[in-house]
Amino acid sequence: MGEYLLEVQDLKTYFKVKAGRVRAVDGVSFAIRPGERLAVLFEDQDLLDLPESAMRKIRGGKIGMIFQDPMTCLNPTMTVGKQIGEALRIHLKLSKDEAQKRAIALLEQVGIPAAAERVNSFPHQFSGGMRQRVMIAIALACNPKLLIADEPTTALDVTVQAQILELINGVASDFGTAVMLITHDLGVVAGMTDRVVVMYAGKVIETAPTDELFENPRHPYTLGLLASVPRLDEERHSQLKTIEGAPPDLLQPPPGCPFMPRCAFARAICRTMPPLDPVAGNSAHLKACWVDVTDPKEQAYADKRRQARLDAMQAAIAKSAEAALQTLEEK
Amino acid sequence: MVDTLVASKTLVDVRDLKMYFPLTRGIVLQRVVGYVRAVDGVSFSIERGQTLGLVGESGSGKTTIGRTIVRLYKPTSGNIFFDGKDLATLHGEELRELRQRVQIVFQDPFASLNPRYTIGSLISEPMHIYKVASNAEIRERTVELLSVVGLRPEYIDRYPHEFSGGQRQRIAVARALSINPEFVIADEPVSALDVSIRAQVLNLLQRLQQQFNLTYLFVSHDLSVVRHVADRIAVMYLGKIVELSDRDELYAAPKHPYTRALLSAIPIPDPKIEKRRQRIILSGDLPSPIHIPSGCRFHTRCPMAQDICREVEPAFEAKEGREHYAACHFSERVTSPIE
Repeated sequence: MGEYLLEVQDLKTYFKVKAGRVRAVDGVSFAIRPGERLAVLFEDQDLLDLPESAMRKIRGGKIGMIFQDPMTCLNPTMTVGKQIGEALRIHLKLSKDEAQKRAIALLEQVGIPAAAERVNSFPHQFSGGMRQRVMIAIALACNPKLLIADEPTTALDVTVQAQILELINGVASDFGTAVMLITHDLGVVAGMTDRVVVMYAGKVIETAPTDELFENPRHPYTLGLLASVPRLDEERHSQLKTIEGAPPDLLQPPPGCPFMPRCAFARAICRTMPPLDPVAGNSAHLKACWVDVTDPKEQAYADKRRQARLDAMQAAIAKSAEAALQTLEEK
Repeated sequence: MVDTLVASKTLVDVRDLKMYFPLTRGIVLQRVVGYVRAVDGVSFSIERGQTLGLVGESGSGKTTIGRTIVRLYKPTSGNIFFDGKDLATLHGEELRELRQRVQIVFQDPFASLNPRYTIGSLISEPMHIYKVASNAEIRERTVELLSVVGLRPEYIDRYPHEFSGGQRQRIAVARALSINPEFVIADEPVSALDVSIRAQVLNLLQRLQQQFNLTYLFVSHDLSVVRHVADRIAVMYLGKIVELSDRDELYAAPKHPYTRALLSAIPIPDPKIEKRRQRIILSGDLPSPIHIPSGCRFHTRCPMAQDICREVEPAFEAKEGREHYAACHFSERVTSPIE
């Protein structure tokens, strides 16, 4: 491994359900360097199963995890001190007293006032933001090398979100911990990370350094996602750009590029999945797309297709409405 | 009452609305031990065809306002004038009639649509309740509504679980529009949806507003979404409106430190801006609406708080421009968020 702290190669996670197999993660590769902050941009939050096998020693010890909802992820019947101490006692073999002491120190570090008293409180006695702080304390307890934060602020309010992001950033640089941030919020990605992996329907479709990705997105999905979010710092537009359609059903993913059904740039070749190849002139920027979206000819083609598709959709709706009315009249 | 000149333009006029929920103790003999002051004296008005954005953190009371206006709750005190009639005190048949003109779209389309009804019957249910037309006409109108919100009318006999989140929210919108309301309350209509779907639903809501000359109360916690849809914006904190102003002015020159902090807390999807931005990070969480702080209710988290803020509650008054209201003793010191 050498250079990398974590390297994931061709990871597949399929879930067996009654109706077949849900291909939640479908051949994903990426790597994280020590101290790096990586974002995994992911639209369907629930699907990401994390790249760790049954290595209990690593889990909690070398890799800490922050979950989305602090309300459901903390044990309501245990004091927060015990929950923080649990990992310490298992991984570092600390005694009860030592674990308690370290738990208090950790709570102070994550900014909980009167930590020595709050350590014996139960999760329901904390507010949402405070619970998320407790979870961060648990994740950091054993000085992990990697912190995985799965939508750490989605359940929180904006002002509290700012506090928590600041805290994660702060502790990560203090401890030299690498951070893997899983989110759908482009704003959070922009402020927090060094590199981004964009996923769609279980596949990595683009990866690049954060600045490069926002400045020069090369995959039609990334392009569409960036254009569809209303931004505070921009002129207001009367209409938002949209990505038509919905993400595919992962039980029966379409063959070829999973974004093809929604993509205006799509063409015949997209029926085979494109490889994740470096963009010309930048080896750190990879994309899985056959089309060069910066080509003006391609853009003109895409605009035309987008318009044609909208027209076709409206026509289809109108036609179907007519047919439905006709049958009504016949009745 | 509202004088006639104003009444022609103003559709909704909320005056000093209060909604307290009692806290009780004991099982058989319940004693009231306190109140959750969810909405604590709120006044605003909305002109016909306009959109008022209502912004605030969870627990600020914004959803309660929406639900009180459609009278899912009976307000503790205050008035809700809708086209001159007071919704807060109406009951029986009069309320039923007025409700026909006020509809609500809820946040979570997975919870708000009955899974045992086909979408056709969901959309036509309000029309059957108000007996607006014959059954055949209602069916016809349902078909039309489906195409208006961008769904294929041949789906009319399917069930909600067969649709994605965005499509379900379209169904909820069609249901709300079925009896031709004038005023629609949209309670976080896009918060439960995927990012790539949100833009579709927002565009739909805007198109419908123009098409049917609707008036919206758009409740959301997301200031960037509200900026996109609203003409005027009210910012709520702990049951009170702390600032109310035209959209552009609110973003360019906020007059309340809470608005300022909210604006600075929103991440902007651009790493260059994000990395050199100065954030105002508020300390702590929203105080409990059972024990509201004395004086200005924001003083416990306010970076500019002085002694006067702890004792005297600031008046909600016009600042500078006529139409810009804020409740802060030091509003002239609040700086612009986007430098």
